[in-house]
This record gives sequence, C-alpha cells and structure tokens, in this order.
Amino acid sequence: MTTFQGKGVYGAIAIGIVSVFKRQDAVVRREHVDDPAAELKRLEDAKAAALAQLAEIYEKALREVGEANAQIFEIHQMMLEDDDYNESISQIIETQAVNAEYAVSVTAQTFAEMFASMDDAYMQARAADVKDISNRLIACLSGADAASDAADGKMIVCADDLAPSETVSLDKERVLAFVTAFGSSNSHTAILARNMNIPAVIRVGEAFLDAIRDGDRLIVDGYTGEVILDPDDVTLAAKTEKQSQDLAKKAMLRELKGKENVTLDGTKVSIFANIGGVDGLGPALANDAGGIGLFRSEFLYLESDTYPTEEQQFAAYRKVLEGMAGKKVIIRTLDIGADKQIDYFKLDKEENPALGFRAIRICLTRPEIFRTQLRALYRASAFGNLGIMFPMITSVSEVQQILAICDSVKEELRSEDIPVGEKVEIGIMIETPAAAVISDRLAPLVDFFSVGTNDLTQYTLACDRQNALLEPFCDTHHEAVLRLIELSAQNAHKHGAWIGICGELAADTTLTEAFLRMGIDELSVSAPFVLPLRGAVRALDLSANA
Amino acid sequence: MKTFTYTIQDAVGIHARPAGLLAKLAKEFSSTVLLEKGEKSVNVTKLMMLMGMGIKCGDTVTFKIEGDDEEAAAKAIEEFMTANL
Repeated sequence: MTTFQGKGVYGAIAIGIVSVFKRQDAVVRREHVDDPAAELKRLEDAKAAALAQLAEIYEKALREVGEANAQIFEIHQMMLEDDDYNESISQIIETQAVNAEYAVSVTAQTFAEMFASMDDAYMQARAADVKDISNRLIACLSGADAASDAADGKMIVCADDLAPSETVSLDKERVLAFVTAFGSSNSHTAILARNMNIPAVIRVGEAFLDAIRDGDRLIVDGYTGEVILDPDDVTLAAKTEKQSQDLAKKAMLRELKGKENVTLDGTKVSIFANIGGVDGLGPALANDAGGIGLFRSEFLYLESDTYPTEEQQFAAYRKVLEGMAGKKVIIRTLDIGADKQIDYFKLDKEENPALGFRAIRICLTRPEIFRTQLRALYRASAFGNLGIMFPMITSVSEVQQILAICDSVKEELRSEDIPVGEKVEIGIMIETPAAAVISDRLAPLVDFFSVGTNDLTQYTLACDRQNALLEPFCDTHHEAVLRLIELSAQNAHKHGAWIGICGELAADTTLTEAFLRMGIDELSVSAPFVLPLRGAVRALDLSANA
Repeated sequence: MKTFTYTIQDAVGIHARPAGLLAKLAKEFSSTVLLEKGEKSVNVTKLMMLMGMGIKCGDTVTFKIEGDDEEAAAKAIEEFMTANL
C-alpha cells in the first residue's frame, strides 16, 4: 500500500481501477514540403475539423456542466480563429516550406510562452489553452483522434494533467474519479470536476505516475486529498464505509433541495448562508440558501493594500445582489480591529483587542471610511434586495448616529441622481450583552437583529475565544447566552423587527428546536450546513410539549 | 474617430471569457477598434493579443474607434464594458 498526498478539488470518494490517460501526443517532426500552398489547404481543412470538434464539445459541456463552464470551449474556437495565431502558422509554412504540424507546434510554443511569462496566475493558466487547441489541430492534421478513450468499465482516470477539452470529452458514465500529477485548483479541469460531481485529486506529484499501471487498485479520497495505491484490507474497509456514508448523506441532502424550511407542525424559518467574499455565492446557491444572512465585507479590505474604493466595493456588492436575484442579501459593514490587522488602517497594538477599537467604533471615529462603504452599499441596493447590518453595537446613541449617517449618504446620492433601492433594511448585530439587555430600546430603531453568537458568548462568559485553556469554561450552550438571545427575540417581535442568528450556534442542530421556540425568524450558516439544518428543521415538531 | 477611456472594475480583469466576447463584438463592426494601455496598443479583434495585454482590475484603458460605423461601435463597446468589466 502506498499513499500519495494531493489536493482534493471535489469532496467524494472513489474506489476502483486505474486507467492511465493516454494522450496521442503526436511527436511533431519538421519536414520539408514542396508545395506550401497544398500544405495551407491541409491546414484549412484541419482547422475546420478542429472547429467542428470544439463546437461539439461545447454542446456536450453545455448539457453536462452548464453555460458558464462551457464557455471556455467557445473561447477555444475563437482562439483557433485568431488572426495572429493563424498568420504565424501560415507564415512559417510559406517562408520555411515546412509541414503544417511543425508550424502549429512552433506557433503554439510562442503563444504559450507569452501567456506563461505573464505575472498573473490566471493568464499563466491560459498557456494550457493554447497547447490544448494546438494539440487538437495537430491531431486533426495527422488524422488521429484528439483524445484516446479510457478502457472498458468504470475507471479512475490518472494523468499528468488534463486539458479542459480532454476532461469534458471523457465519457462521464465511465469515469469514477480524476487524479492528476500536476494542475491547479483554478484550472478548468478542477472546476469541471466539481461541476460534474466527480471526485478529483490534483497535484499528487510525478512519483505517482511512475508508480501506477493500468488495472491497479486505487482509492481516491477527494475530502482529504489522499490517493491510495494497492490499499490493504483495513484501509479498504474504512474507506468503503466512509464512501457509503458519504453517498447516503449526499442522497439525503439532494432530497432536501427545493424543500421548504418548515417543521412538522408548520412553523417556518428562513435558512440563509454566511459568505466571506463574492466567490461564496456559488456554494450558497448550490446549497439552496434562501438568502445571504451575513456577507462579511472585510475581505475587500484584507485583500487590498489600501482602502478599497467606492467603485471596487460597489462592484463586489452588486455582483452578490444580482447573483442572489432578488433574495435577501445582508451585508455587514467593516468588522475589523486589532485582532485582524490591516496595515494601512494603522491601528495601535492593543492589550485586549476584543474589547478594543474595532468594527463600528472605527467607523464612527473615521466617518470617511464608513461613508465610502455606505455609498457603495446604497448604490448597489438598486440591484437587489439589500439589508445593511452594523457590528459591535452597545448603545442607542450609536444606532442613532449610524441612522443619521445613512440618511445623509442616501440624500447625497439622490442629489447626484444615483438610484438607490426602495427598501433597504437596516439591522444590527446583537453580539454584546449590552445590546441584548437594551434590545427593547434598540428594536424600534431598526428592521432586524442578527445574533453573533461567537462574540456574544465570549463577552457574556468573559472567555477569550483564542485561548484554548478556557474551553472548559466557555460553554456555548450556557443559559446566560440563551436567555440573552431569547430576550432579544421577544423585544424584536414586540417592536415589529425580525431576528436571525448568524454565529456558529445557528448551525448547531441540538439548539434548533430551542431557537424556533424562541421565535427566531432566520438562521444563517455556512453553505454546507444549509441542507443539514433544513433536514433538522423538517424533523422537528413544536406542537409536542415544550 | 471616437475615443473614450474606461477603468476596469472586474476583479480578474479582461480574462478569457470577456476578452472573447469583446473580440466577437468588435468583429460585428467594420470600424477598427484599438485598445491602448500605456504604451501598448492592440486591435481588440485579436483575441490572443488582447488576452496577452494582461489588463487587470483598476487599469485604465483607452479605446480608439475609427471607421464608417464608429458611432454605433463606440456605443456598443462602452455598454459592453460597463456591463461586464
């Protein structure tokens, strides 16, 4: 038994037989031709054939993995018709009187090098696209099929790397998993594997290719990135068990898609997703989230070397609002402090950052930062169903200040004739005991509360979250915390506001019943927990004795 | 000749897909559509060269459009940029 470690790009487990991917990497020779004109004609025919193949692959990808992922094959067609690429090939044929295969191969090299030398990982990956279309063209010239097929039966396809067209061309019915020695998780192959729901592990290293042969027994664990060659009985039994549990769980979750979040007695609750960037949108939608309950805006500040501009923020917010197509999106304003250092904020080191200069305290002290974010948010509000949420609230006067700034920003945008969404809900985080205790005074000022259970727990129990020694003292189910949540829920409803929970406790299904009994209206959890939580809600019956 | 500048908002810049769509759009017009960034200039119908410019988020580019249908081409391209990039 040998275990190779790679990077899992789609979580699932496959157990099966190796099929080493055979590419007819035509060895291209430089040959003199007497009639370059005939060679050019041969090139034209091959190009037409290659374009037809790509059109077919595009159609196949469109059916199997959707338009967004199929588009690369449309781009491939356009690259193949690119003027400079074609001129380069023709010129080599004409001036050097050589065979078309050689001219394509040289041209591919030049263009691939251009992309590979760029200082941008995304563009570097395009070098693979140039090679992919060129190999196809060469295959068409020499009359071979572009990609060879896996052997009969279901196989685990193992390769050095797979071009996107090779991945899609494989007969999906016969592929159990992909394992590649190289590749990146940004590559189209990784993306396609995820969309085809095929377990895939990349970057297992060159030694793997030397070790395997057709017919070897292999286990691919897309969760851990392990690829196990010739597994022993114990490992095989363990992985088989893990596989069947995984399949059962996925089947159960699939079953839950499109279903309502309703208990047996008819109590409904919204289940939203927490995301930390625009790329969280895909998983949120794929897991059937009813909205975004917490969009952490910090990533915009953390990824940047300087304050993100209004335009940059606007573009990100708009993308998520449009992506959710009218479903609620709650964006939390900047929540940083001395524990999440950002150099250009120039925050002083603090003895006790959790109790320090952070979140709304920074925003109210440095209103220029706050106004830029609010302008971006209100501009984006015209493109969807936005809620704005403010972190670390402890007092009524903070909320009043915030509301005054919001009004002035809206006024400013209106005077500039910039459209603003009609109804933008305003909410606050309940994450300090102070906010929970005075929730009766806060609720009339806002549309909603969202309970941040992680901070609420740490502040209520006086337990630093970062200190592992305190774990035994930090009971996340502590009655004090639950009572504060219940008090907030009662006060919210008394004043016509709604209340959600967006901290880690929202995903804790042992508390779901307690939360629903308190009248919590929304639970927001990270995307993979949306469906399991729906399952838990649907199994509850609140009409039974409390 | 019609000229306008545009600052890229899209986080990944003019990557493969929008470059492809932009090249396709420019081909619908008889006018020549040039895109300039700094010293470099490219005819946007040339997809590989366009991708090779490595235009990123925050870059400001200048379009120069010249030909019989320059008016319509400039309008279409400006709309495309605003909507996609």
